[in-house]
Amino acid sequence: MADVLERVTKIIVDRLGVEESEVKLEASFKDDLGADSLDVVELVMELEDEFDMEISDDDAEKIATVGDAVNYIQAKQ
Amino acid sequence: MKLEGKVALVTGASRGIGREIALGLAKQGADVVVNYSGSEERANQVVAEIKELGRNAIAVQCDVSNGESVANMVKATIDTYGKLDILVNNAGITKDNLLMRMKEEEWDDVININLKGVFLCTKAVTRQMMKQRSGRIINISSIVGVSGNPGQANYVAAKSGVIGLTKTTAKELSSRGITVNAIAPGFITTDMTDKLTEDVKDLMLKQIPLARFGEPSDIANVVVFLASEDSRYMTGQTLHVDGGMVM
Ligand SMILES: NC(=O)c1ccc[n+]([C@@H]2O[C@H](COP(=O)([O-])OP(=O)(O)OC[C@H]3O[C@@H](n4cnc5c(N)ncnc54)[C@H](OP(=O)(O)O)[C@@H]3O)[C@@H](O)[C@H]2O)c1
Repeated sequence: MADVLERVTKIIVDRLGVEESEVKLEASFKDDLGADSLDVVELVMELEDEFDMEISDDDAEKIATVGDAVNYIQAKQ
Repeated sequence: MKLEGKVALVTGASRGIGREIALGLAKQGADVVVNYSGSEERANQVVAEIKELGRNAIAVQCDVSNGESVANMVKATIDTYGKLDILVNNAGITKDNLLMRMKEEEWDDVININLKGVFLCTKAVTRQMMKQRSGRIINISSIVGVSGNPGQANYVAAKSGVIGLTKTTAKELSSRGITVNAIAPGFITTDMTDKLTEDVKDLMLKQIPLARFGEPSDIANVVVFLASEDSRYMTGQTLHVDGGMVM
């Protein structure tokens, strides 16, 4: 858990230029972390590379918060 | 050379305008993926000519209207060259008929290759270009997509669609350093226009202020410009390269 969260957090901090402290599980990419739709698409692409998995478009659409991303990755691993 | 170290993918590059585009990009230093649908031998010949120029090239068979086939082509490009800087959506066909006579199949075939094909190829390269934070997408539309043309309802609808797609893609990808522009060629001498009757050709010629048909290299020159740094402040545009036919 800690490991996945850490790696996800690092990607979000790099990509969205936010502070690590802002990256909470309940934080929404768009509403809380200032991402636009294209940023979210890119985040999903980077998560795919980082965790070496394919996230279908349907699944990607359901990933709205940091917690969604972490849960999705853990369920798939 | 304007394109040293760049990697380009040109669809429909076995013949006509696409072939000349592939060679034109290679002359400016780009390595080129030469896509074709059926003409394997002619595609291999284009590859051989590019290698003679001292550049790298591979031929890849792919029907641009088939999403899986397009994804494999883009994967082959990245596997071979590790990146992709320039996409030229050039593949296209005609199946002319009066609207009243046009079969549903003629409509579907032209829309699938000339319009859906552009969407599929663009979607497939976007991931790589977004990662690179740079890219050039150049769509070959047609001047009839701007003016309309009797007997080409399917083709004109597809080519107008490409212009709209160009503008939207340009807006969606601008923040990632990717530009998207279109070229609307007029009458260019290739197999596609060879099919027309002498009467039709004469009639066309009368409408061209520069008083000659275009050569594939007339289009390739503009593609090179749009692929290079020289056009960096342009996106979402459609350039008419038609001897002044439509102003
Ligand atoms: N010629 C003109 O006056 C003119 C004017 C305006 C716009 N254009 C546009 O310019 C582009 C090139 O035209 P052209 O005159 O050079 O045509 P062309 O000589 O008939 O060549 C067409 C090219 O497209 C390829 N192609 C056809 N269907 C394909 C498919 N499903 N998947 C992948 N490749 C496919 C062909 O490959 P194969 O050899 O393997 O069949 C060939 O390389 C087209 O988009 C056309 O609409 C041409």
